[in-house]
Formats: sequence, structure tokens, C-alpha cells
Amino acid sequence: MSRNLYAMAQPVLEAKGLTQVLGSGAAKVRALKDVNFTLRAGELALLMGPSGSGKTTLLSVLGCMLTPTVGAVSVCGKSTAGADAEELARLRREHVGFIFQSYHLFSTLTALENVQLALDVRGRRGNDAESRARHALVRVGLAEKFAATPRELSGGEQQRVAIARAIVSDPSAVLADEPTAALDGENGQSVMTILSTLAKEAKRGVLVVGHDPRLMPFADRIISIADGRLVDERSGTGPPRLRAAGGS
Amino acid sequence: MPLNFTLALRNLFHDRLRFVATMVGIVFSVVLVLVQMGLYLGFGRVVSTMIDHASADLWIVRQGTKCFEDPSLLDAHVRDDVLATAGVASAVPVVIGFSDWRLPSGEMTPVFVVGTDLNANGLHPWNVTAGSIKALANDKAVAVDQTYFKRLGVSGIGSTADLRGRPVRVSAVTDGIRSFTTTPYVFADLKRARDYTGVPSNKLSYLLVKLKPGADVAQVQRALHSAIPSTEALTRAAFRDRSRNFWLFGTGAGAALFAGALLGLIVGTVIVAQTLYSSTKDHIDEFATLRALGSSNAYIYRVIIYQALLSAAIGFCFAAVIGFIVVEVTTKGALPVVITPALIAAIFGLTVAMCIASAFAAILRVLRIDPVMVFTR
Ligand SMILES: Nc1ncnc2c1ncn2[C@@H]1O[C@H](COP(=O)(O)OP(=O)(O)O)[C@@H](O)[C@H]1O
Ligand SMILES: [Mg+2]
Repeated sequence: MSRNLYAMAQPVLEAKGLTQVLGSGAAKVRALKDVNFTLRAGELALLMGPSGSGKTTLLSVLGCMLTPTVGAVSVCGKSTAGADAEELARLRREHVGFIFQSYHLFSTLTALENVQLALDVRGRRGNDAESRARHALVRVGLAEKFAATPRELSGGEQQRVAIARAIVSDPSAVLADEPTAALDGENGQSVMTILSTLAKEAKRGVLVVGHDPRLMPFADRIISIADGRLVDERSGTGPPRLRAAGGS
Repeated sequence: MPLNFTLALRNLFHDRLRFVATMVGIVFSVVLVLVQMGLYLGFGRVVSTMIDHASADLWIVRQGTKCFEDPSLLDAHVRDDVLATAGVASAVPVVIGFSDWRLPSGEMTPVFVVGTDLNANGLHPWNVTAGSIKALANDKAVAVDQTYFKRLGVSGIGSTADLRGRPVRVSAVTDGIRSFTTTPYVFADLKRARDYTGVPSNKLSYLLVKLKPGADVAQVQRALHSAIPSTEALTRAAFRDRSRNFWLFGTGAGAALFAGALLGLIVGTVIVAQTLYSSTKDHIDEFATLRALGSSNAYIYRVIIYQALLSAAIGFCFAAVIGFIVVEVTTKGALPVVITPALIAAIFGLTVAMCIASAFAAILRVLRIDPVMVFTR
């Protein structure tokens, strides 16, 4: 039932017949093999698989960081075929927010500046940008930490700053690569709660990569990958409160 | 203020040691360039000091004269031909030449004698601090500069010595008439200057020509040239340029100064390029993150360019302070370092250009960033 609902929602990221060859010579690896995948607005999809199965590679291709060796990717209906590095950067700027396992905050900037940076690269500055950045930090529960530098924040707080940075420009898709891997259970739960709320509230597509079974309750859909192939897909349970909100 | 500027600023000050290294590189190089070019200007100024202080619309010199110190002589009767030329109001003879000064102790030292007609407004000593120009008309009277007292073995007005075997007496003292050759200048009346230098009475070194009001300089120059082909009539500017060219480029001194400045620029560029590159490498994760966030290459380059420009501006300020101290210290020396607003502007431009050129390697490094690396770090 809920699966049908998501199937009707707008596709945000779409990949067809992806094959990705990485490395060269003897180190050549087929990291993705004929992968078809769609991320829809309003869903939190969880991509699970063992280490080296191609999760990060799929995330990179979907997020316009890598050009697929074979196959097609479209972002909000726009094909990425033939796009050069600058055009891919523009697509990321306009449609995609990233969250990384190791946060990748700028150590010399404050939390607020880190979030503002995502707007600054889009040429958005001034009071409006600043109040947006404040708002994004408030949403992830960091109203008290605007002026803190990453060093002064806990891991969970740093990852929440990174989430605020990913969503401040209101992207259609948020891609998170093992966002909770470096966090303890409690912080991991709170990060996942925020991510699933983001998917529902703003009708965003959120794709989370991970292998921790504790992530599963937050997912609307769980996709399994092994050795570069998608091997299983099932609907997740999702937190009851969010399911009610998304399903009505 | 864009955040990539903030980022550049913070990155710059984040690593103190590297910042200090950058500053040392820039300051060293800019001070070197500033001093070399300041010496060039100072040299250009001192070699023409006599020409600048003479009162003349035109200098009549022997054909091919290279500089003020050139020993070539004119025939004295040339003066009649000059005075007969239309547009010429006066022609004041000047006699110059090296001579031997014997100190009361018996020691000898070379001096450069400048003799001019005291009754005419020609080339008189300036900055007279004791005695007077009028007193030079007295028997044995000469003017010397107080910076050379020790060299000449005199202590002021009334001191005596021998000049080419003739007794002389200091009757006027000047301040700051220094020679870049380190040979002291001695001023004397024209007639006695001939004795001191050995220039016979039928010869002279220069004629300082004043024109009649309204006379056309170029026209008079042409007339003089056709009347006396063995001479040249040079404007003050032309003689000054000729003197400077001779001393600065004829001797290789100018080329050496420019080579020193170029070396400073190269060393500075290498040091700044090195520190910018290593800073960029240290922050490569951040640059990759910017790229992952979708920033354009131009946005990322600007972080590096801002870093280069900030380094240039800060380094230049330090260098300028040191430069002005050097100017203060050398201002009374034989070869002062001269800094003009145009030189300051040119060197600031050069500093900025140097720092931007230094950013080249770092930018090339950033160009090779693959944003995918943010997932594996
Ligand atoms: N740049 C690369 N060159 C060669 N092989 C690579 C490169 N990046 C990843 N791989 C290989 O591709 C496969 C998939 O990697 P990845 O997508 O990072 O897996 P996961 O994120 O699921 O752990 C792995 O076998 C990995 O070793
Ligand atoms: Mg991975």
C-alpha cells in the first residue's frame, strides 16, 4: 500500500542500466553491474550491503559525482548524459545535498558559516542567506551552537551541522553515505530521525547508505546490494508517526 | 563578504608557521626589489646632481660627451660663436676635472674640482651652511662639503690644504653635495679651477647657456649645431638622461640592479608558490568538499587567489615599512635609496602579480581534485 504511494511520487533521481568500471589495468573493478534505481520524493530509501559491494559508488553516480561508464542518470527529469565536470557541479548545486560519514565540515569556520557556505557556493549571501542558515541549524536542534567551531562540537552535533548544510539550499535529493557509522546508537537514532522527517516534510528524496540493522526502522524502502548488483528490495516499516504523516 | 574570502583568511592564519614562512618570503623579496629599484632611482638622481643644480637652458658640450664627469674639452673661442647665435642671452663657462688634494698631514686624496664664474649665475655650490659663495672670490678660496671633512683633513672655515701644489683655504661649507664616485667635490672660482685641474685658459668644459625670453629651444639648438659642429647643445633633461644612461647602463650598474631585483622576484615567487601549494594540499579535503557541494571551479580558485592577495597585501605592508627605514638610514649616504610614489605603486603591482603567479601550482593541484574522494576520507 505505502509502496504504491511512493511509486506514484515524483522520481527525483533515476538510474537506468548503470555499469561502473573503476580503476585501470589490473586494478580494474566493475563496481556496479546493470543497476536500475529510482529515488522518489518524500521517501527515505536505505541502501544496505557489505563493505565493497558498491554502495558508495552508486551514491556517487546518483549524486552526479561520477559519470557512469554505461547507463543513464537523470536528476529531476534532466539527463546527465554528456555533462562535463562544471555542469555536473551545477546539477549537484541545484538538486543534491550530501552527508558524509566523516562530516567534512570546515574546521576554521563556525557551525553557522559551515551551513552558509552551502548557500555561498550558490551565490546566495547576505541577511536572507544567514537567516536561512540559522533556520536550518534550528531544525536540526543546534540553536545554541551557531558560533561553535567543529572542534567544539560532538560527533552527533557535527553530523547535524552537516545535515543542516545539506538541506539549507532545499535540494530535491539528500544522499547520505553511512551518516551514522561514526556515531553511537543514540546519536545515530537522532540523525536518522531528522533525516526521515526531512524526507516527509519537504517531499525530498533521501537515500541513506549503511549496514547497521538499527537503521531499518527509519526506512520506507530497503534496497540490498551485493557485488555491484541490486539483489533485493522490500518496503521498510518506517517510524509509526512518520508513516501516518506520509500515508495520509 | 563572500565566505570563500573568510575561508582564505582563516586558512592563511590557521597555520602560523606557514604564514610566517610566506611573510618572510614576500618581505625578503619585496624589500630586495624595493632596495634595488630605490638604488636605481637614487643612483639616477646622484649622477645628475650637478646637472640638476646648474642654471642652464642648454648645455654646450663637446660632441659625444657621455656624462658630467666626462673630461672632454671645448675650445674657449666657442663661447663667442655661442653668444653670436640668435636667441642666446648668456653663456657661462664651467671647468671641471680631477685633482689631487694634499691634507695637512701630507696624505694625498683625489678630488673633483668644479669651477665656475662667480659673477654669473651658473653652477654654484648649494646648501651652503657656513661661509658664503661670495667668499669664494677671495684668494685660495674653495668650498667643500662637510661630509668629507675627515677625508680632506679639514675642520671648517679657515682650514687649509694643498690642491695640485697650490695652497687653498676653506671659505664655504656645504651640506649634502655628495658624489657617488666617493671622490669629494671641491668648488672654486673658474680662473683658479684651471690651475687646480690643469685645464688651459684656451679650453673649457661646458658652457651654460641661458636663452632670451621667447626664444625657441629647438631652433637655437639647430642654429648652434650648424654654427659649431664639434659641439652639442643639450637640454638639461637630455644631458641628465645621457649621464644616467652612461652610468647606469654603460657601466652595467643598472643591469646589476635589475638582475638583483629579478632574482628577488624569482626567490619570492618560489617561496610563496611553495607555501601556497602546501597549504592547498593540507586543505585538499576541504576543496574536495566544496566541489562535492557543487561549487564551481572559479569559486574554489578564488579561495587560493584570495589567500595569495592577502599574503601580498600584508607582506607588502611589512616590506614598505622596512623600505622606509632603509630610505631613512641611507638618505645622507653617498648613494641614497630613493622611494617615490610611482615606485611604491609599481612594486605593489609587482607583489600582487608575484603572488598570483605563485598561486598557479596550487590552482593546478585543485584542478585535479576528484570530488569522489570525500567519501573515502
Ligand atoms: N577509485 C577506485 N579504483 C578502483 N576500485 C575502486 C575505486 N573505488 C572503489 N573501488 C572498488 O569498487 C568496489 C565498490 O566500492 P564502494 O562503492 O566504495 O563500496 P562500498 O561503499 O559498498 O563499501 C570495491 O571493490 C572497491 O574496492
Ligand atoms: Mg562506502
